[in-house]
Amino acid sequence: MNEYNLNESYITDIKEKLALSTQDVQVYYGKNQAIFDANLNFPRYKITALIGASGSGKSTFLRCLNRMNDKVATVDGEISYRGVNINSPATNVYEVRKHIGMVFQRPNPFAKSIRENITFALKNAGIKKKSDLEERLEQSLKGAALWDEVKDDLDKSALALSGGQQQRLCIARSIAMHPDILLLDEPASALDPISTSKIEETLKNLSQDYSIIIVTHNLQQASRISDYTAFLHLGHVIEYNSTVNIFTNPQMKATEDYVSGNFG
Amino acid sequence: MNAKKIDRIASFIIYTIVGAVILLLIAILGYILFNGVPDISWHFLTSAAQSFSAGGGIRDQLFNSLYLLILTIIVSLPIGLGAGIYLSEYAADNWFTDLIRTSVEVLSSLPSVVVGLFGYLLFVIKLKLGFSILSGAIALTFFNLPLLTRNIEESLRSVPNLQREAGMSLGLSNWKTTTKIILPAALPGILTGLILSAGRIFGEAAALIYTAGQSAPTVDYSNWNIFSANSFLNPMRPAETLAVHIWKVNTESVTPDANLISSASSAVLIIVILLFNLGARFLGNKLYKKITATK
Repeated sequence: MNEYNLNESYITDIKEKLALSTQDVQVYYGKNQAIFDANLNFPRYKITALIGASGSGKSTFLRCLNRMNDKVATVDGEISYRGVNINSPATNVYEVRKHIGMVFQRPNPFAKSIRENITFALKNAGIKKKSDLEERLEQSLKGAALWDEVKDDLDKSALALSGGQQQRLCIARSIAMHPDILLLDEPASALDPISTSKIEETLKNLSQDYSIIIVTHNLQQASRISDYTAFLHLGHVIEYNSTVNIFTNPQMKATEDYVSGNFG
Repeated sequence: MNAKKIDRIASFIIYTIVGAVILLLIAILGYILFNGVPDISWHFLTSAAQSFSAGGGIRDQLFNSLYLLILTIIVSLPIGLGAGIYLSEYAADNWFTDLIRTSVEVLSSLPSVVVGLFGYLLFVIKLKLGFSILSGAIALTFFNLPLLTRNIEESLRSVPNLQREAGMSLGLSNWKTTTKIILPAALPGILTGLILSAGRIFGEAAALIYTAGQSAPTVDYSNWNIFSANSFLNPMRPAETLAVHIWKVNTESVTPDANLISSASSAVLIIVILLFNLGARFLGNKLYKKITATK
């Protein structure tokens, strides 16, 4: 692997409306710094992909965006959401997570029925009316392209679903909360190609109503579904540009090497 | 030696050891049941014990054992749950948590006689609770808590972290995530631990001799007033349990059929524990299926 100058970077200016932006975010695991000066602006209603080799810090960075790194790592810097710095100790993290949902690498439905998986958090958030719950249930399952497959089995255990269905259920669970932003941490890495393409299709459709930030290992996936792509290397954001430019006209040597498969 | 041969020898040794353990278990259980079961009769289970003549039963002892078990679980389960949840979900990894864990471990290795004597001095004498079911239940709680706490902590810990993250990412509080997601998922493990500890409580004698006492006063099974002195539910009365009864019949009894009583009581003790085991397991599975909606 070549040595790259990690302090050089090419970050494009986003002219669209922003969903989320970070200023000088640093992340430390104990004394080890995992993310260095991350300055990224995420556009609204677009899919932004975070790519990079293993250990580049892309998952770590993603988990900062809805404060899932609390108690795990120390996060410095500002994360602005609707003009508020959500990375301050005064922030109500539970509120933040209702607006910024997350889907994980491995499907993690609750050991409850399909219906309960969706409605549990809704009830907790204060939605009590049965008709409202039913509406959200149907809406979110349709949004995650799962409705037709499970509409007759809503009271069956979510654990009986296939891996791909479980992951779409997790997506449905997140969007049922009506978040603004959806964070996805390699949501298709544990799935077969057919499930993967279903998830990708789902995300494409969701990007009309949600701002999506997705970490992926799969370069084809990033180029297929994302509008913007950030390339991270060893904790540094090396390049951030429209996906077309990242893949066809990379500005940095490291990016070019990575997207052409020379390392990672 | 090649790998295949080593494997074969190792499995032979392991099978032998397992076989020996099972054989031992079967031998003990078989001996007790074989000797005791023929003497169990409806009369034996439903009549009071006799001090001097033959033909006494174990009605009161059996009831006392069950009642004491229930009281002990009522006292120890909430504390065990609280401690287990704290240790697994809330406690930071530091010297203080380590201290708590070590204390719990030390507590679990206390000999039951010591727990009994401690209970005698503190509850029976100092707090003037007298020889009573309550003193016994508290002493047994001391004895039961470490095991229960440890078990609950382990059961909660074995729920994958992904479940916690799922809860967190939906904006649920730590408490909601713990009680509504983690706890139900850990339920089968917690139940198994509860059953194991219940078996221990049910069979415990040494700690009870000094706390719940060795006498079984005649009680009125139709008196439901918990405060009445002769009510069967009164927790302030002394109560000889089945295990204590077995010990007493074997050491200082003058009844001519002491042998019969002790072997039949032992069989009853074991059968009840087995029933308890199976019943709770069945219940646990049912509960789990209901919560998780697995058909």
